[in-house]
Amino acid sequence: MSVLAMLLADSRFPGGGHVHSGGLEEAAARGLLRAEADLPPFLTARLRTAGLLAAVFAAASAHAAGSPRGDGVWDVLDAELDARTPSAAARYASRVQGKAFARAVGVMVVPSVDGDCGSTLRAVLAATPRPHHAIVLGVAAGSVAGAARVAAYLAVSGPASAAVRLLGLDPLWVNGVVAGMVDEVEAVAGEAVRWAGCAPAELPAPSSPGLDLLAEEHERHHREEVRLFVS
Amino acid sequence: MSFDPTVAEADRHDQAPAAGRAVRIGVGGPVGSGKTALVAALCRALADVDLAVVTNDIYTTEDAEFLRRAGVLDPARIEAVRTGCCPHTAIRDDITANLDAVDSLAERFPGLRLVIIESGGDNLTAVFSRGLVDHQIFVVDVAGGDKVPRKGGPGVTTADLLVINKTDLAPLVGADLGVMSGDAHRVRNGLPVVLQSLVDTPDAPAVAGWVRDRL
Ligand SMILES: Nc1nc2c(ncn2[C@@H]2O[C@H](COP(=O)(O)OP(=O)(O)OP(=O)(O)O)[C@@H](O)[C@H]2O)c(=O)[nH]1
Ligand SMILES: [Mg+2]
Repeated sequence: MSVLAMLLADSRFPGGGHVHSGGLEEAAARGLLRAEADLPPFLTARLRTAGLLAAVFAAASAHAAGSPRGDGVWDVLDAELDARTPSAAARYASRVQGKAFARAVGVMVVPSVDGDCGSTLRAVLAATPRPHHAIVLGVAAGSVAGAARVAAYLAVSGPASAAVRLLGLDPLWVNGVVAGMVDEVEAVAGEAVRWAGCAPAELPAPSSPGLDLLAEEHERHHREEVRLFVS
Repeated sequence: MSFDPTVAEADRHDQAPAAGRAVRIGVGGPVGSGKTALVAALCRALADVDLAVVTNDIYTTEDAEFLRRAGVLDPARIEAVRTGCCPHTAIRDDITANLDAVDSLAERFPGLRLVIIESGGDNLTAVFSRGLVDHQIFVVDVAGGDKVPRKGGPGVTTADLLVINKTDLAPLVGADLGVMSGDAHRVRNGLPVVLQSLVDTPDAPAVAGWVRDRL
């Protein structure tokens, strides 16, 4: 794993990630997630669905960034990821984070696979001013494997940190849970890497209806009462 | 001071905001010290200025509603930011959500001259990143006890303006304004301090004048 990928995976990276709980806030508010024992299944479910989807598209984006490509690849990836994200609230959250991530990446000078992350990022932003998080991550990560690993890891580490903040869970214990998941995170990243070179339309579409519903409910409740996280 | 003899010393003067963009002023301080009340007062006092507000309050609709009821600002000029339980992170360590809010206001209102960003209520160590704001005001109140300025912390010691609010309450809570003002001036090394009561002076004239000087 490159140091650049580590930088992007660091919770201190100012890419807007800290305001996303990945549905955990809504689950906690509904009493679906109360105690420490509830956390591992939630994280695993997220990794296998939203995490795999993010890793697949981050890897595909990194692959596209490193290959000679025709115009339109970023539009296609954007539309294909939209099509695999049935919840409008989840699409919105992904784009909010993508925009924030693009801002943070844009001010760094990032050596990428094609040595020119800046122009690739500009092409992504030209296709859509609010790109999906996974697509920007793929452009910035510098390698297909790095992009996949970071995406898979962030799908777990974000909600884990939200659990510490919202439920007051023991941060040492929560880190232990994440550490216990590294083999599965690696496996998800490995699967994403295997898909990276495929045509965007062929990419898998893992999803969790439960998480999609949580994302929708999160937005609805935010309008009625208050939600501290964007997702 | 530069420790590298081969490098010219950095310019210590404040950077002027990039030409054409609105001046951004942060309003921070502990919970309930009067940040929203001050923002409302500024909106009223600066009615002739093309301005907008970003709030980081956890009850995002609450602050927006307060400003709407006060009738001081078109609700379309208020953007609320969700901070994921970490109000200080959103104004200091990862400012992207706030920059996003500022950008979307600037897109909607091209002539914008001033954006006021209210932080969520936080502790005395919370300050705004210079990447987010050009100037910052830190609001503490008399009711928090007259020890607050003495305790210092980056908010109290380094903010461009320190406001000690709710002076009307001093006799009720047994706070000594002389001690507060003296301690504040001592820990701030000459940076300005305003003592005010929004009950006595609802338009916050001293702070409004300070803000005007920065436009
Ligand atoms: N007596 C008195 N009350 C004040 C003064 N300024 C504000 N208040 C009151 O103090 C309370 C809190 O004020 P806000 O403006 O909501 O405080 P805030 O800092 O925005 O609070 P948070 O956003 O929750 O951190 C309100 O009830 C205000 O009316 C003042 O100068 N004197
Ligand atoms: Mg307030």
